[in-house]
Amino acid sequence: MSIGFDKLLGIHAQALTLRSQRAEVIANNLANADTPNYLARDFDFKTALADAVGHGDLTATHSGHLRTGGGNPEDLLYQLPTQPAIDGNTVNEQQEIASFSDNALRYQASLRLLSNRFQSLLSAIKGE
Amino acid sequence: MSLFKIFDIASSSLHAQTVRLNTTASNLANADTASSSTATTYRARHPVFATLFNGEDDAAGVEVLNITESQAPLRREYQPGHPLADKEGYVTLPNVNSVDEMADMISASRSYQSNVEVVNASKQMLLRTLALGE
Repeated sequence: MSIGFDKLLGIHAQALTLRSQRAEVIANNLANADTPNYLARDFDFKTALADAVGHGDLTATHSGHLRTGGGNPEDLLYQLPTQPAIDGNTVNEQQEIASFSDNALRYQASLRLLSNRFQSLLSAIKGE
Repeated sequence: MSLFKIFDIASSSLHAQTVRLNTTASNLANADTASSSTATTYRARHPVFATLFNGEDDAAGVEVLNITESQAPLRREYQPGHPLADKEGYVTLPNVNSVDEMADMISASRSYQSNVEVVNASKQMLLRTLALGE
């Protein structure tokens, strides 16, 4: 039986990358909380992760195929504003702070799980 | 690595909010600075924020485009005993609205705080990442 790193790390390696990308997007929203006409952005984490591990709903086998959308961190969506601001800004600061902490916590959870995988690999190597 | 970019983004915002706090402080300090002519009177200053783009669709923080002077009418007060009074006995006072400035100051300091939180949280995420597998 062989142990591949991809198999060992599972979904968490991709989850970490996506979490850090989402943290960047939310940090940008927070940085622009007072910029006139700035539209808050985000991406759908669930779809992005499914795409990243290759379990997306539809597989695009041709460049002309349309994507189901929303899941690609490269191609961000706009958040629906909860209340209109007079300067055209759609950032909800409280919601963004909550999303950022939530995202940071889940990042650390993935990190902990990854760390555990490495530790079990180490103990397997040592044969303790 | 996106986590490193967060420091740039948050620091751009910290800088922008500091400029905003600076102009607010300057406006409040000069709220009652009298002068004898409209040309030399202090006018309320406000920074203009704009999103900083890194490429076409990739927002990378915020920048201060420029600092504008308020076009609101200046206050004129009848103070014949004032050393800066003009021939009719009027002095010109700045168009600073103290209530607006106070609200602006609170908004700026809240935004500053939330960006500091972002920096702290990202720092923790990175430190934990560096300690992976230990």
